[in-house]
Amino acid sequence: MKNAIGKEIPAAIAGIDKVLPYKGLFDAMPEGRIAGKTKKMVKPGDSKLLNSIEEAVEKSGLKDGMTISFHHHFRGGDYIVNKVMDVIAAKGIKNIRICSSSLNDVHAPLVDHIKNGVVASISSSGLRGKLAEAISRGLMEIPVVIRSHGGRARAIEAGEEHIDVAFLGAPSSDDYGNANGYGKAVCGSLGYAMIDAKYADTVVILTDNLVDYPNTPVSIPQTDVDYVVLIDSIGDSSKIGGKETRFTKNPRDLLIAEYCAKVIYNSPYFKNGFSFQTGSGGASLAMSRFLRTEMEKQNIKASFSLGGITKPMVEMLKDGFIGKLFDVQSFDLIAANSIRENENHYEIDATYYANTHTKGCIANKLDVVVLSALEIDTNFNINVITGSDGVIRGASGGHSDTAAAAKLTIITAPLIRGRIPTIVDNVLNIVTPGTNIDILVTDRGVALNRNSDKYEEIKTWITKAGIKVFEIEELRDLAYKMTGVPQKIEYTDKIVGVIEYRDGTIIDVIHEIKE
Amino acid sequence: MDKLRRTMMFVPGNNAGMLKDAHIYGADSLMFDLEDSVSIHEKDTARFLVYNAIKSVDYEGTEIVVRINGMDTCGKEDIEAVIRAGVDVIRLPKTETAADVVEVDEAMTEVEKKIGKEVGSTLMMAAIEGPLGAINALSIATASKRLMGIALGAEDYVRSMKTNRTPGGVELLAARSAIVMAARAAGIYALDTVFSNVDDEEGLRRETQLIKDLGFDGKSVINPRQIAVVNSIFNPTEKQIDDALKIMKAIKEAEAKGSGVIALNGKMIDKPVVARAERVIEIAKASGLYREEV
Repeated sequence: MKNAIGKEIPAAIAGIDKVLPYKGLFDAMPEGRIAGKTKKMVKPGDSKLLNSIEEAVEKSGLKDGMTISFHHHFRGGDYIVNKVMDVIAAKGIKNIRICSSSLNDVHAPLVDHIKNGVVASISSSGLRGKLAEAISRGLMEIPVVIRSHGGRARAIEAGEEHIDVAFLGAPSSDDYGNANGYGKAVCGSLGYAMIDAKYADTVVILTDNLVDYPNTPVSIPQTDVDYVVLIDSIGDSSKIGGKETRFTKNPRDLLIAEYCAKVIYNSPYFKNGFSFQTGSGGASLAMSRFLRTEMEKQNIKASFSLGGITKPMVEMLKDGFIGKLFDVQSFDLIAANSIRENENHYEIDATYYANTHTKGCIANKLDVVVLSALEIDTNFNINVITGSDGVIRGASGGHSDTAAAAKLTIITAPLIRGRIPTIVDNVLNIVTPGTNIDILVTDRGVALNRNSDKYEEIKTWITKAGIKVFEIEELRDLAYKMTGVPQKIEYTDKIVGVIEYRDGTIIDVIHEIKE
Repeated sequence: MDKLRRTMMFVPGNNAGMLKDAHIYGADSLMFDLEDSVSIHEKDTARFLVYNAIKSVDYEGTEIVVRINGMDTCGKEDIEAVIRAGVDVIRLPKTETAADVVEVDEAMTEVEKKIGKEVGSTLMMAAIEGPLGAINALSIATASKRLMGIALGAEDYVRSMKTNRTPGGVELLAARSAIVMAARAAGIYALDTVFSNVDDEEGLRRETQLIKDLGFDGKSVINPRQIAVVNSIFNPTEKQIDDALKIMKAIKEAEAKGSGVIALNGKMIDKPVVARAERVIEIAKASGLYREEV
């Protein structure tokens, strides 16, 4: 059957209990109650401290077919996933489902665990590197479920993704499980992990920095934690903290950033108390600088900024341009340390950030969000998950969440990347529906979405500002003129990935590449 | 109106990624380089690439200049290729004498005749990069009708002069003065050399202000980040545009009244004042700072 965005969704998909095709932005109403977890009692004097991951796996009662979870706050520096999976494999446990907030290049060893039957299925925001390559080429029998950050929190709360054991790396913890993102290897916010801790039956904290009781601030509370394991190292701290984000010198990024800032400060949302979210790419970071200059000029202050937080945001907070920061993920060391040091910099969990099936996530209060795209089509549908070759190489992240929630949604992308057009007739896979997108900003100028309900209004203020506006088809033609029309990718019938929309419906499926 | 040539951006002729859309950054002219930024082994590849870029990319009206190699190496092949591609201007490097200009002019004429292009329709500019060229500036500037301008190339010049670039630019004062005077005498453009430290915005600003005050029309840039800085210095300020508009209005009113003597705020408006006001408005229009109300 075709879903509301015209994508063919099979009636049955391996690993998915009930296939619900995407119906529309806010059309899937939640029903029932939030899922619970096993009740437990830890008595006074009981010790939670274990000696090894082996012991934690044994005590957790992990068995064949269970679901375990990880977070990706350690990014490319993560040791936890590989260490835990090696132990699980050595114990002969099979058919595990991994529910990770995301996976990246360093998780390539999972390929062998999948081949050996240790791992049977995966859900994640994204996949990269060898693991993504192998999965795109049909490594798994059960398709990977790609979820947005808000969508993952929703799925866990809904009980659609029930976590049996959460293995959560923490930069520091006491022996009773109070954990946070500061220690030898600092990651700052533990926003994604907080959800796992809250809903998993069994929670194991893995830390390389056991501190005296009580450890504060309490990001993950002792009441959620079963066991604490002290290990040598949770990860490569230089990669966990993230490189200090530098102001880009790439002229193309700067040009896009300048255009984007110009769009924002000419919009009706740019006034005292506005709120915004940007990404961590070169253009996004540069955009915040341009925006800051204009805020200074017009004496405008933002009430809050949200999302993955970066150094420029922290500086704007410190210098009084932003009132408060809400941080579900700290993108660099400056941001990570700022949560602890600045009382207006708050750690939030993924539900508070972007879960649509709640009484209102903070993304709902966003005025402006700036997002990127691997591909965008003439209907403004966005692909941030597969490359032009059909291979998974990205992440859903908070893309569809914030695009749906913010009042003004802007996409920034170069017209062409290398020799690949960014604007195409049809994106290979849809992560965010085009109806959510208002404006595309490229290095050639901007295009407005004629299907946006704010189209006429935007057209008026953007024209008045003297910003050069194209039809998106003109930009596509400009790109095609240079690159040629991309050849169609050939796929098999096999589904290797399912892209879940933030409400739990299926917006698209990823097929195996035919080679 | 005279063409704006505030900024001429260097683009290495062997860099396809930059050639494909170098005009998006807003330089008035683009200069695709086949000479110093291309190694001897890549001369043919770069010529082929530049030929195809000019032929197939829509640069949306941005003036395309190609810096060719010297006539003692593969300059002739460069000339043939880029004229066939439809280049706007050929830039001759290291020009020492009027004879250098004539030699290139003749080679260009030959190609234009061969392909049936109007003779003289391809423009030319000469870069002066040594003391001999600076001394010969006027004869160079008047050596060919094709010449749209003469430019200073500072790096070789300071080396020949046994000096170095300094922040104040005193080492270039003689050459700059010679070039700008020759250009003005010949009625063509005077274009300044590059400012090579792309991270020193303040230095670029200072140097651009200096050459603008000397009378230059524009400056070469090596990075898109330099374009806005240079353009902004060559652009008139809001007050200048305002004053110019007032002058033009006063003239119109005087003409309507049939009055011979024109005064504004008690000051007489004479011919040079009007010419300057017209120039300000033309630049303001060309740079998008002023739109005539309809």
